Amino acid sequence: MIFTLGLFLIQLLNGLQFGVTLFLFTSGLTLVLGIMNFMNLGHASFYMIGAYYAVALTNWSGSFVFGVLLALPATYVTALAVEWLVFRRLYERSHLDQVLVTFGLVMFFNEVVRIIWGTAGLYFTVPDWLSGSVVLGSGALYPVYRLLIIAVGCLVALAMFLVIKYTRIGMLIRAGADKPEMVEAVGVNIRGVFRGVVALGAALAALAGALSGPLYSVESGMGDSMLILALVAITIGGVGSIRGSFFAALMIGVVDAMGRMFLPQLFAIFLSRPVADAIGPATGSMLIYLLMIVVLLARPNGLFAFRGR
Amino acid sequence: MKISLLRNPLIWLFVVFAIFPIAATAINQTYYLSFISKVMVFGIAALGLNLVLGFGGMVSLGHAAFVGVGAYAVGLCMHYGVTNGWVHFGLAIGVGALSSLLIGALCLRAGGISFIMLTLAFAQLLFFLGVGLKQYGGDDGFSFRGHSEFFSWLQLEDVRVMYWVILACLALTVLVVGRSTRSGFGLALRGVKSNEGRAQSIGLHTYRHKLAAFVLSGMFCSLSGALLANLTQFVSPSYMHFSRSAELLLMILLGGISSLLGPVVGAAAFIVLEESLGHITPHWQAPMGLAIVLIVLFARNGLIDLAMAVVVRFKRKRS
Repeated sequence: MIFTLGLFLIQLLNGLQFGVTLFLFTSGLTLVLGIMNFMNLGHASFYMIGAYYAVALTNWSGSFVFGVLLALPATYVTALAVEWLVFRRLYERSHLDQVLVTFGLVMFFNEVVRIIWGTAGLYFTVPDWLSGSVVLGSGALYPVYRLLIIAVGCLVALAMFLVIKYTRIGMLIRAGADKPEMVEAVGVNIRGVFRGVVALGAALAALAGALSGPLYSVESGMGDSMLILALVAITIGGVGSIRGSFFAALMIGVVDAMGRMFLPQLFAIFLSRPVADAIGPATGSMLIYLLMIVVLLARPNGLFAFRGR
Repeated sequence: MKISLLRNPLIWLFVVFAIFPIAATAINQTYYLSFISKVMVFGIAALGLNLVLGFGGMVSLGHAAFVGVGAYAVGLCMHYGVTNGWVHFGLAIGVGALSSLLIGALCLRAGGISFIMLTLAFAQLLFFLGVGLKQYGGDDGFSFRGHSEFFSWLQLEDVRVMYWVILACLALTVLVVGRSTRSGFGLALRGVKSNEGRAQSIGLHTYRHKLAAFVLSGMFCSLSGALLANLTQFVSPSYMHFSRSAELLLMILLGGISSLLGPVVGAAAFIVLEESLGHITPHWQAPMGLAIVLIVLFARNGLIDLAMAVVVRFKRKRS
């Protein structure tokens, strides 16, 4: 394979597409971590549940758009139920308890999904009007659907910036991230804010899962790897920072896509073929972790950390 | 002194572990030998992790990585025909110490929730390193023939010999962990756990103590990994997966945090629960997950405490 502009553009767009998907996943999680200091591994389940809801509702309604749009309120309600049953008992508990309970939930939901929809991955396809491709600059083709994901992700990010900056609920979220006790002391129902943030974050994770459904297979445990990447994004971006998680997620997407594609080739220039083949793929997938280490050494609290946190 | 020795539940635990193989051989059920061996191997890892978690108060979600490092050290040695057990275990523990020193030094720069995320991320880094090693099976791992060789009279081929070696390692682990938690180092570590700011202000190098605990626990985890590789004759990245790390934490919590015996009891409880649910239904992960949620939510201090509470209540009713 040779290095061409077309290939470069495709990988760049793939990276951006994965990056905005990761952002949709990460934004809810970083708020939950930042505001409530709540380590919620269960976020991975909402991503998976959202994707399964989208498949089921698409098959039921016959429309992809309806399926994806209906998956969001469905996951929202599911998340409210999980919050009421489990999460609300955890806010005051230790991080260890939070990690283990939510790990148990992930295990439970992964298996429930297998019981309902079977162990094999489900595939669902985008409608015809989304399955075309556009021609990039140097004659390379790029699928419209991935471009749509990038557009949706950027719109959601913009909406979140606006909501958090200019609305009352945004103000409460910012205040809650800074000093939850103070917000409660001035008479705001902080528990209600918590519940809303958990459920909205879950709906965003569901959007990410539903949109990724047609690209990768919808299967049990699909959220687990996203969760770990999201934690890397939060570490890079700074806990509780939406802006940080946006840039970190895009950075991870692009670095990962470029690394996987071009690092093996780069090694092949300097090293012998077998050696490059051996270490290329391994280092390609490790690149983002190396990025994280570099950020961590320079800024232990992340690039966009809150002051005093 | 003598009486307190008899009252020590640890002694009883070892008596049970020592009588067990004789009983198992008598009824010709050597399957249970390897089962209990597995319990003890994970008990060693959980004991090691408890230095960090129970005594140091640090939630590490990445200790399975060190188990994997130990297992890979043995596996790769066998792959290249090095069968000397001293080399295997020396290498496993050495590389385990080195990797936990590097990872610990970085992760301990951040505290609280960031520490959890970082340990998880580094474990995942090692996991992907294992997946990326295509010449060693990548995702699927690889199996090997033979065992670590120590003396001509000590052949790990024999499940009974393996059992005794693992029991000896467990005893060593309990001894070292027990000693170190009672030493000045252990006291300092507990001080760091209860109030880090205060520990710092009376002149403790809290970072150094935490790092020392992290490295020591990493070494025990890689010892456990080296034993695990010998037990299963198989090495794969799945040993390092984050769910393994979470399971280790769970074992500690099940048995009861910050007690010496807890992690071993917890490991036994966890593996028994896992195996028996696995016999009942192929979808054992659903009840298991639910059980985890309920146990952590409602039996906060582990099964030992739960049993004690039940016993106390029973005694009260009778009197």
